[in-house]
Amino acid sequence: MEKFIDNLSPMDLMRSEKMSLVQLIIPVESAHRAVSYLGELGLLQFRDLNAEKSPFQRTFVNQVKRCGEMSRKLRFFKDQIIKAGLLSSIHPVVEPDVELEELEMQLAEHEHELIEMNSNSEKLRQTYNELLEFKMVLIKAGSFLVSNNNQAVAEEWELSENVYSSDRYVEASSLLEQQMRTADQSGLRFISGIIFQSKALRFERMLFRATRGNMLFNQAPAGEEIMDPLSAEMVKKTVFVVFFSGEQARTKILKICEAFGANCYPVPDDFSKQRQITREILSRLSELETTLDAGIRHQNKALTSIGYHLTQWMSMVRREKAVYDTLNMLNFDVTKKCLVGEGWCPVFAKAKVQEALQRATFDSNSQVGSIFHVMDAVESPPTYFRTNHFTNAYQEIVDAYGIARYQEANPAVYTVVTFPFLFAVMFGDWGHGICLLLGALVLIARESRLSTQKLGSFMEMLFGGRYVLLLMSLFSIYCGLIYNEFFSVPFHIFGGSAYKCRDATCSDAHSAGLIKFRDPYPFGVDPSWRGSRSELPFLNSLKMKMSILLGVAQMNLGIILSYFNARFFRSSLDIRYQFVPQMIFLNSLFGYLSLLIIIKWCIGSQADLYHVMIYMFLSPTDDLGENELFWGQRPLQIVLLLLALVAVPWMLFPKPFILKKLHSERFQGRNYGMLVSSEFDPDVEPDSAREHHEEFNFSEVFVHQMIHSIEFVLGAVSNTASYLRLWALSLAHSELSTVFYEKVLLLAWGYDNVVIRLTGLAVFAFATAFILLMMETLSAFLHALRLHWVEFQNKFYHGDGYKFKPFSFALITEDDD
Amino acid sequence: MYGFEAMTFNIHGGYLEAIVRGHRAGLLTAADYNNLCQCETLDDIKMHLSATEYGPYLQNEPSPLHTTTIVEKCTLKLVDEYKHMLCQATEPLSTFLEYITYGHMIDNVVLIVTGTLHERDVQELLEKCHPLGMFDSIATLAVAQNMRELYRLVLVDTPLAPYFSECITSEDLDDMNIEIMRNTLYNAYLEDFYKFCQKLGGATAEIMSDLLAFEADRRAVNITINSIGTELTRDDRRKLYSNFGLLYPYGHEELAVCEDIDQVRAVMEKYPPYQSIFSKLSYGESQMLDKAFYEEEVKRLCLAFEQQFHYGVFFAYMRLREQEIRNLMWISECVAQNQKSRVHDSVVFIF
Repeated sequence: MEKFIDNLSPMDLMRSEKMSLVQLIIPVESAHRAVSYLGELGLLQFRDLNAEKSPFQRTFVNQVKRCGEMSRKLRFFKDQIIKAGLLSSIHPVVEPDVELEELEMQLAEHEHELIEMNSNSEKLRQTYNELLEFKMVLIKAGSFLVSNNNQAVAEEWELSENVYSSDRYVEASSLLEQQMRTADQSGLRFISGIIFQSKALRFERMLFRATRGNMLFNQAPAGEEIMDPLSAEMVKKTVFVVFFSGEQARTKILKICEAFGANCYPVPDDFSKQRQITREILSRLSELETTLDAGIRHQNKALTSIGYHLTQWMSMVRREKAVYDTLNMLNFDVTKKCLVGEGWCPVFAKAKVQEALQRATFDSNSQVGSIFHVMDAVESPPTYFRTNHFTNAYQEIVDAYGIARYQEANPAVYTVVTFPFLFAVMFGDWGHGICLLLGALVLIARESRLSTQKLGSFMEMLFGGRYVLLLMSLFSIYCGLIYNEFFSVPFHIFGGSAYKCRDATCSDAHSAGLIKFRDPYPFGVDPSWRGSRSELPFLNSLKMKMSILLGVAQMNLGIILSYFNARFFRSSLDIRYQFVPQMIFLNSLFGYLSLLIIIKWCIGSQADLYHVMIYMFLSPTDDLGENELFWGQRPLQIVLLLLALVAVPWMLFPKPFILKKLHSERFQGRNYGMLVSSEFDPDVEPDSAREHHEEFNFSEVFVHQMIHSIEFVLGAVSNTASYLRLWALSLAHSELSTVFYEKVLLLAWGYDNVVIRLTGLAVFAFATAFILLMMETLSAFLHALRLHWVEFQNKFYHGDGYKFKPFSFALITEDDD
Repeated sequence: MYGFEAMTFNIHGGYLEAIVRGHRAGLLTAADYNNLCQCETLDDIKMHLSATEYGPYLQNEPSPLHTTTIVEKCTLKLVDEYKHMLCQATEPLSTFLEYITYGHMIDNVVLIVTGTLHERDVQELLEKCHPLGMFDSIATLAVAQNMRELYRLVLVDTPLAPYFSECITSEDLDDMNIEIMRNTLYNAYLEDFYKFCQKLGGATAEIMSDLLAFEADRRAVNITINSIGTELTRDDRRKLYSNFGLLYPYGHEELAVCEDIDQVRAVMEKYPPYQSIFSKLSYGESQMLDKAFYEEEVKRLCLAFEQQFHYGVFFAYMRLREQEIRNLMWISECVAQNQKSRVHDSVVFIF
């Protein structure tokens, strides 16, 4: 047996990769290159040797700052490009890498150019806006004042009112004229200007208060929208004209205008002058427009040329920053000529790392080569599983519970099959299974396309689990065939039913039952059970027993894995005082139950298993009577019961006492503690292998062991019961789909009306898609997850490791997106 | 219903309380301050802050930084958080949150009025205003010539209007008048806020009355110290004290007649909570008093987070964040002016 296990070929995924702590001593001149080669390789996790230093006390802080500055510039470019609406036309060009210094210069140049262009165009834009506003004020305010002029010509204001009664501003103009007539003597003056529409109301109120109502305010919305120079958005503005009298009011109004950000433009009284100014402005406007257009074209050209390189530059700066961040984790050695780094690296990758270092030495013409050697480690190494597309999702399911301890048995190996299978037990329906399968196949067929683009969080989750979905759907089809359910409808796929009616009319099929006339249905549940009186009792009994069988099998697998763990870590104590009693306890109670179930199925006995199990504890010596399934059952039960009783103290007491004995033996005669000199400070030499002298606390160990044993004993009962969720969810699923099929689809089909039939069909389709396919999938998924995390993994899985996070360029994702 | 907030508080206030507690967890810690105090340049400060919650606000600033930029961006973060909370708040929390900004509003009004008195540019003054205390027509303040006009033109639209009823005079504005106006306004504001909190009842009233009483007492002491040697009469001084707080009423009587700092000290040492503050100071010293008060305030504000289901946490968070920004400003100023030895003079550690 031992030999057989030793000869098993090692499974890749079973144990995490062997790791070793390595030390790199790299000459300064080749350090940058070496680290960037290692980043491309992506198989070395650097340890931070300067953890006590704050970020700006580190060696390469200036370079990091420069990279930060450069990425700021790149972000600025990106913003500008997005603002100009050019992002869609970017095709990244692959060019030979430019030097960082060169790039920095280039970026600074581009930034300078862009800022200059921006400020130029801003100035132009401002003048343009001012002119545009002036134009609008002229037009609109002119229309207020026009009546003024006309009035002068018309002499009689009643007449002019008649003439202009069709005017849009009839009320305003007539009022205005009233004012104007008196204005000639009192020196009425006006200020015209333009203001944001949102501020106009408050502006008017303020003017009213400031002049104590002695003013007249006219406003009209400006025809065009004007670009706000701050937010670059188009805003609506309102042209206004205020009439007032007096010098003091004038200063006040001007102050208020300033406070409200209103721009005032003078409008000449004279009509011909107005026209002349308008003409001038229009011509200047068109000139400016062409200048602005040319400027924008120029700017767009510059931006496009930047855009070509932008993605490359961004990834390059990100890489450089990562390299310097990593270099900051290294220490200078005594001579200040070499950088010393430490890190974890998988054993298989050592050669590759060495090769990368040599290449770096060679490429940078360094006189001295890098030194690479393995060190002893005190702390436990990180956990690293080499997964592929397929196994990754399952590993994620396990990691979500906890990262495996270094080299501990990895439940993901079994999860690949057991997880989809337990899901399918709850989701058994081959119609629904086919729907899931189609979804999974679509995701897999588009794998290459979907993996490059950014998906929403939900789609991302779905896409990440596409292979889980695939196996889940395949197993669902399998389990559905066993349950013989296709959207809850049974089919005669594997031949005819084994049952037939008692008489030709089949009238009493539901009351008196059917009779069996030939061999059992070859695969799965006989379709005749569907709708029969005993359908539920039969299916419940079947699924309940099946759940217990599956549960006991999986829990046994968990305990066996704890054996492999103990073997791997050479802890015979765990095998003898943990694995063996646990095995005995579980199997003498629930293993025996499973045995009874199988025997009952095989011989078709009518024995009551509840009774057997309960009286096994209450009165083990009593005669079993009609419940006896096989010869010698009673003595066997007594033996099993005794074994289970013995197993409890077996797993509770010996281990802590033996640990205590071992500890006292090891430190026998060593009554003095190790001298701790001040030089031997743990912080100074974090890398040396020191023996951690831990205080042995017996009561703590004992309490710990007690908790574990109690947990296991109680857990054996409660976990077995917990597996009954397989039955419960499967029942719920099949009942739900039956309800939707019979009470919606068949009911609607009973009517001879197209509308009702279609409605019924639609309701059925929606219910199937959303309730059965989505909600039920989620709930079955969650329950399968729980069965794995709790019932399976608590038997052996510690899950207190930490993940291997190599320094790798491929893993640097855009953090600002 | 006092003691039963737990039943109903979360219906409206639960989400925001969670938010504010999350924000509070983002306050700089002592370790952060230690690192910041070791910075050599403003870029170092930026780099360190980029690892904190201020990161997104500072990351797009081009490299030659100024202290004002740092403070401005940090304040912007506070304002953004405040606006977010205000948008989410329902009555009476939204009113409570608005009350928090009135203090800044008073400061801004005073700043603008003083500025125009000294013929400063309005735009320049507006930039100096605290963004939390901005209101729509603030720029128009420059138009006003005296108190009455100030009220009639501008302030009647603002929430400060009711507080103004006490200080409307036709006197022209001058420095002394403005200072008295500020204190009268602040006094009225504190009393109003106090009443509002009492009306809210429950844990909010309990905690806020403690915090506001401390604020009122601190102001009383500051007014007394600042008015020593000015022409302010005793009665006028007495009027500027708020009508609540630990010192009310007997402490106020005594403070009103104080003629020098040691007399103030003698008055304050009769009150056990303030004994510790004054015992730290040597006789005749008033320089460090501000810092001592700030430290005491921060301690009290932090305690507000120990209890749940009340609005005091919002007040406390805003105050703590403002203190943090003051700290950052001091540190950056010290770094910018190469006065690193004085960094610890004015920094109040929050945790």
